Amino acid sequence: MAKRSIVPFGPQHPVLPEPIHLDLVLEDETVVEAIPSIGYVHRGLESLVTKKDFNEMAYVAERICGICSFGHGMGYCMTLEDIMGVEVPRRADYLRTIWMEMSRLHSHLLWLGLLADGFGFESLFMQSWRIREAVLDMFEESTGGRVIFSVNQIGGVKKDMSKAMLADFQRRFDEMEKDVRKLTKVFLDDYTVKSRLEGIGILTREDAIRRGAAGPMARAAGIAVDMRKNGYAAYDDIDFEVITSDKFDSYGRCEVRIGEIFQSFDIIRQCIQKIPDTEINVAVKGNPPAGESIVRIEQPRGEAFYLSRTNGTKFLDRMRVRTPTFANLPALTQTLQGCQYGDVPLLVLTIDPCISCTER
Amino acid sequence: MGQFMPFAGQVLKNLFSKPATTKYPFEPKKYPERSRGHVEIQIEDCIMCGMCMRSCPPGAITVKKPEHQWTINRFDCVQCGYCVEKCPKKCLSLVPGYQTPGSEKSVCVVQQPYDPEEEARKEAAKQAAIKAAQEKAAAAKAAKEAAESQA
Amino acid sequence: MEKMNDYMTKIEKVELLSVIMEKKNALWRLVQICCAMVNDQYEVTYSFANEYEFENYRLVVDKDEEVPSISRVYNAAIFYENEMHELFGLKVEQIKTDLNDRLYRIDAETPFKKEADK
Repeated sequence: MAKRSIVPFGPQHPVLPEPIHLDLVLEDETVVEAIPSIGYVHRGLESLVTKKDFNEMAYVAERICGICSFGHGMGYCMTLEDIMGVEVPRRADYLRTIWMEMSRLHSHLLWLGLLADGFGFESLFMQSWRIREAVLDMFEESTGGRVIFSVNQIGGVKKDMSKAMLADFQRRFDEMEKDVRKLTKVFLDDYTVKSRLEGIGILTREDAIRRGAAGPMARAAGIAVDMRKNGYAAYDDIDFEVITSDKFDSYGRCEVRIGEIFQSFDIIRQCIQKIPDTEINVAVKGNPPAGESIVRIEQPRGEAFYLSRTNGTKFLDRMRVRTPTFANLPALTQTLQGCQYGDVPLLVLTIDPCISCTER
Repeated sequence: MGQFMPFAGQVLKNLFSKPATTKYPFEPKKYPERSRGHVEIQIEDCIMCGMCMRSCPPGAITVKKPEHQWTINRFDCVQCGYCVEKCPKKCLSLVPGYQTPGSEKSVCVVQQPYDPEEEARKEAAKQAAIKAAQEKAAAAKAAKEAAESQA
Repeated sequence: MEKMNDYMTKIEKVELLSVIMEKKNALWRLVQICCAMVNDQYEVTYSFANEYEFENYRLVVDKDEEVPSISRVYNAAIFYENEMHELFGLKVEQIKTDLNDRLYRIDAETPFKKEADK
């Protein structure tokens, strides 16, 4: 009979950029059970809907998280556009798509850096973040903010990108793509990195469905679900394939995310070619009518769920955000069962945890 | 089986290339034109309507109409730009340059130049106008009633 | 069972478990469970998806009523049900792993619960 002990993991841990706590039940070095608990950065943003009017909430929704901020603002605005019956101009759809893909780019590059940091490859971590910095610079040039963009409004977007700016961005993305290709070779081919990722944290297809996994976590388990295929914003005009992996392990998740980086480059290229010349927003007047809307969009970390319920006044009854990390928590506890204690930090990283998102 | 040392090329390159970072405090950062740094006001154009105060999501702006003061707590401001959008006179703008950290909490007060006597005169004129209007309304009402009672 | 719109169906409490079992057997995954407090009643929304199909089931219960737990069918529901219990004070019967108000480590008890006449 092996000795059982409970080891607290987090909320402060070198591998965690954000606070999550796990109670790990160990049998010798093997994890038997993991019980997560959150709430260290809970701000109650969802209940702010009763105090801030529906226009102000767009700014609050963006501040749920620093990495997926564009998606949160867009998801919230899409629910209200649905309730109010507003048709967003096509150019705004394209601009949203470009910014969304730029978010995905910088989120995945951030994750690659954190993963490299997680298995102790500091130099690789810095290279990933060096490339990511260029995306943030482009964000600042086009929207005015590096992290919080404040460009979404109900009825469209606030800022336009000129032809010259788009051409300049395209040139920089092409250069970046070459850099990323060199970098990802290390993640996918390096002997040491491979041995650290392969066979660790197996999540089978059945488990992924049973545990409700979302995003790259599910796609690495072979489930071809990508909310972008639902065709919101300009994704219905864009030609792309859902990237999946049949490896089921940490290496598979790394492979899927790297594939999505190149897919994002491709989507941005298509958007810049196809972007039409129309207005970028329509004026929205009055309070939203009583109603309810559900929108699902694909955030960098997976499928995010937005629900808004209005009652005819300028305040909403309920805004619900279910972030991908919350959906991946059950999958995380699954992958942690039976793993070695030394692999726990890496496995926590592979779901791409975004705790501020999760707690809202 | 993976490749052996695919990162070596990058390592060698790093040895002989310049750092990717800038020496920040010595080399000032250049902000792009659209950068949302801080809110500035053209106080001459302001009509003290208070739209910015009411729309500000974190509640950083206060407008005192009687004292002609526009106050912003720059540490509370989140640079969202909603006040700029809501301003009816377009006298607010978001310009590059972030609020520097400070050792003390402070607010930025912008005083609109105004003449108290002029203000008092205007106020008196306004009151007189209101009074006159009220009297006029009362007289009209009385005349109407008189006409109705006669009929 | 009553359809509210093309993706939302209103269900009664007794129907809940049969609906859930049906979804489980058809291999649908649980997307989320959302709780809202409207007019002194709880509205609980269960969302399911299978590839790109998407369906929601809404259950309306009174303030003091208990909701049956679906965590024995859908393991992932543990976290959503604990969250509803901790943030809204909704009573959920027999959650498979009851985290005893320790999923959210916050001071306030049921911060999202709206009291009547407020």
